[in-house]
Amino acid sequence: MARAVTNQRKLVVTVIAWSIGIAIFFPILWTFLTSFKTEAEAIASPPSFLFFEWTTENYTEVQSRSNYPLHFMNSVIISLGSTVLGLLIAIPAAWSMAFVPGKRTKDVLMWMLSTKMLPPVGVLIPIYLIFRDTGLLDTRTALVIVLTLINLPIIVWMLYTYFKEIPGEILEAARMDGATLWSEVIYVLTPMAVPGIASTLLLNVILAWNEAFWTLNLTAAKAAPLTAFIASYSSPEGLFYAKLSAASTMAIAPIVILGWFSQKQLVRGLTFGAVK
Amino acid sequence: MATAHSKTAARFMISPAVVLLLAWMIVPLAMTIYFSFLRYSLMSPGEETFAGWDNYRYFLTDPAFFSAFTNTIVLVVGVLLITVVLGIALANLLDQPMWGQGIVRILVIAPFFVMPTVSALVWKNMFMDPVNGLFAHAAKALGLQPFEFLTHAPLASIIMIVSWQWLPFATLILLTAMQSLDQEQLEAAEMDGASWWRRFFYIVLPHLSRAITVVVLIQTIFLLSVFAEILVTTNGGPGTASTNITYLVYAQSLLQFDVGGGSAGGIVAVILANIVAIFLMRMIGKNLEA
Amino acid sequence: MGNITLKQVTKHFGETVVIPPLDLSIEDGEFVVFVGPSGCGKSTLLRLIAGLEDVTSGLVEIDGADATTLPPAKRKLAMVFQSYALYPHMSVRKNIAFPLKMADMDPAEITRKVEGAASVLNLTDYMERRPGQLSGGQRQRVAIGRAIVREPEAFLFDEPLSNLDAALRVNMRLEITELHQSLKTTMIYVTHDQVEAMTMADKIVVLQAGNIEQVGSPMELYHKPANVFVGGFIGSPKMNIITGPEAEKLGSHTIGIRPEHTMVSKEQGTWKGKVGVSEHLGSDTFLRVHVEGMDLFTVRAEGDVDLHHGDEVYLTPVMDRLHRFDKDGLAVR
Repeated sequence: MARAVTNQRKLVVTVIAWSIGIAIFFPILWTFLTSFKTEAEAIASPPSFLFFEWTTENYTEVQSRSNYPLHFMNSVIISLGSTVLGLLIAIPAAWSMAFVPGKRTKDVLMWMLSTKMLPPVGVLIPIYLIFRDTGLLDTRTALVIVLTLINLPIIVWMLYTYFKEIPGEILEAARMDGATLWSEVIYVLTPMAVPGIASTLLLNVILAWNEAFWTLNLTAAKAAPLTAFIASYSSPEGLFYAKLSAASTMAIAPIVILGWFSQKQLVRGLTFGAVK
Repeated sequence: MATAHSKTAARFMISPAVVLLLAWMIVPLAMTIYFSFLRYSLMSPGEETFAGWDNYRYFLTDPAFFSAFTNTIVLVVGVLLITVVLGIALANLLDQPMWGQGIVRILVIAPFFVMPTVSALVWKNMFMDPVNGLFAHAAKALGLQPFEFLTHAPLASIIMIVSWQWLPFATLILLTAMQSLDQEQLEAAEMDGASWWRRFFYIVLPHLSRAITVVVLIQTIFLLSVFAEILVTTNGGPGTASTNITYLVYAQSLLQFDVGGGSAGGIVAVILANIVAIFLMRMIGKNLEA
Repeated sequence: MGNITLKQVTKHFGETVVIPPLDLSIEDGEFVVFVGPSGCGKSTLLRLIAGLEDVTSGLVEIDGADATTLPPAKRKLAMVFQSYALYPHMSVRKNIAFPLKMADMDPAEITRKVEGAASVLNLTDYMERRPGQLSGGQRQRVAIGRAIVREPEAFLFDEPLSNLDAALRVNMRLEITELHQSLKTTMIYVTHDQVEAMTMADKIVVLQAGNIEQVGSPMELYHKPANVFVGGFIGSPKMNIITGPEAEKLGSHTIGIRPEHTMVSKEQGTWKGKVGVSEHLGSDTFLRVHVEGMDLFTVRAEGDVDLHHGDEVYLTPVMDRLHRFDKDGLAVR
């Protein structure tokens, strides 16, 4: 039984936890606030926290001076594309490993995980040259292919842990109830698997959106997603804090919000079901 | 249930994933090994000649390699220490009854979803900048000289930024593990007269060991190839003070156009990662099988 | 008609023989219980009948026709699983309707049958809930509902009560027995609990290591166990098994004496012993008596008998209730 906790103790814990929480969140909050300042106010000393003149001109500025919509669309297409492609390859694989396990199933899974151990620099040059010679450098296609492959092991593992949890007795019950293989898949398996597939999709979109080795090395301008677009601010342009903040806010907002919804799946997904 | 027919179908369904991953691993890796024995510059294509072990000799004897090697280890170990220790502390704190627990969780987890280039740039400019950064403002307000983080402590600064990104992950996983701890075990220990401290050491920590193992494994995979944070903040400098192996190979091959040398570096990175991987898998194997 | 016959059925999992050649026939309308310790092959046997496992060799006949290779859905059997195996994403109504929908039955007819089953099982108020929102007993009823709407030739139950608490288990036991009496359909019920077997069955099949040890009505098994194993398995508390010189004196290698067939006296009797634990249940008292040269001996005495730990007692077996077994453990008649 949970014990009654004194309110005093609870208050102390609350204050400490909130302070730490806000401290950890502060850089994001500060970026968000700065994005509404003028450039002068953004570097003012002492800095103003909330009492400044709020303006949205940085957002319009970023939109008009750079090709923000293009990079945003690149991010969307690359992360969604690689995830969907990955799912199409991984669903049958995870499905058969979960429901028709063989002697080697565990080994295959471990091997897939071990491919994640291969450092990307080990294959950077050939991949770069292959894409250069096939004219795929700086294309969305190249990034979709690469991100599909690097995230495939995680997708397979996540789906496998979800499918594994569908109890075999339910499938047997459906068989006893006269369901054909087709109706078993449509009425029983799919509805039970959809939540798992959805969270796998969510987590992998997040991972692909934030991937910053291949996206930086394989793109220049045309196919650059937001990771690469933001990196271009590391030049002296970065000294325009308010604009940097506006661009950053736009780049991270969708994914931070998606991420909040997927915390639980994140734990399961990235730990391959080892921590629940 | 499992008939011969369904087994064949199962093989067929796994094969695309296996074939693709195998191709992804083997083809480029074989090419990298091949390149690593060539004198091959992107500036003068078509003039490749066999170089024997020269590329490896140059790469391994380059003082930059030694510092990249130590930097990689310091970076990985430093971030692991910070995130695991603070993660355990935070998980313990967040597991206590409080008001607004859900909101605090959301605040703490947020940095994990920030893309590396954004977090590096925000830290570099808006916090660590010696003129306009918040830390500089704070130092001036206290009458101190602003510290030039990225010039005088580049590696430590990067460790800080990367730790900020990964602390949420460690905390979230440890917190999840914490919540699966049977409260009755703690109460039993309390009845047995164990102090708070001993309960933590003898019950909570062993319970978390599996989660800690997972955190170490996953983070190591990602931390060995930290790249964007270095590219955006210091470009590996000053000198090679904040260059890790990943960045060194990148610089060698794509900035100096030395494919041969870069490939040799890539293979060295693969071998080092494998040593770490074997070590980790052993450790994990012990912890996960049980 | 729901008679089921197994002829020389075997089942191997790889090298392991789970069921050696086995014959069994189940008559239409019978309530048959497969009972035995865990791992005795009783669930495997049920799954062979259901068609969820293929037999390695032998024949399964349902209703006089060969069903050995028929898929589960075509065997006209319904099964209630240990975990209930309800579809978590469907309401109670949809769960019960599922087999009918799979049979492409007319929707109006489905509604009528589902409502009928629901009212028999007291589920009418829960029809729109999901299985996750139900108690264990209610889930059990939904699983049974899903089985009865199909009007199968036979029901198969795989340890259906093992996930319920003790009080609910007794209730559900009665409900299933009543269901059998009103439907008069063949039921095959697997359990490791001999009380369930004794109270519910028309016919009990005692299994050990894939072998049928004995088939018979509950009373036959109680009065005439074919061997030591059945004698020890049926009846509660367990039969006392005596071997060695004391058994020789009574004219057999092994002697079985049930606790309720032993008289207790403070003054005289065949064996002298000392009371260890005494369990006073009110209606009965069970005494664990230490007798020289024997294992702990259990006896049933009157509910208000005044015997306690450490008391000296004399035990006398009721001679015509003794069970005699030879050195292979088989009953001597």
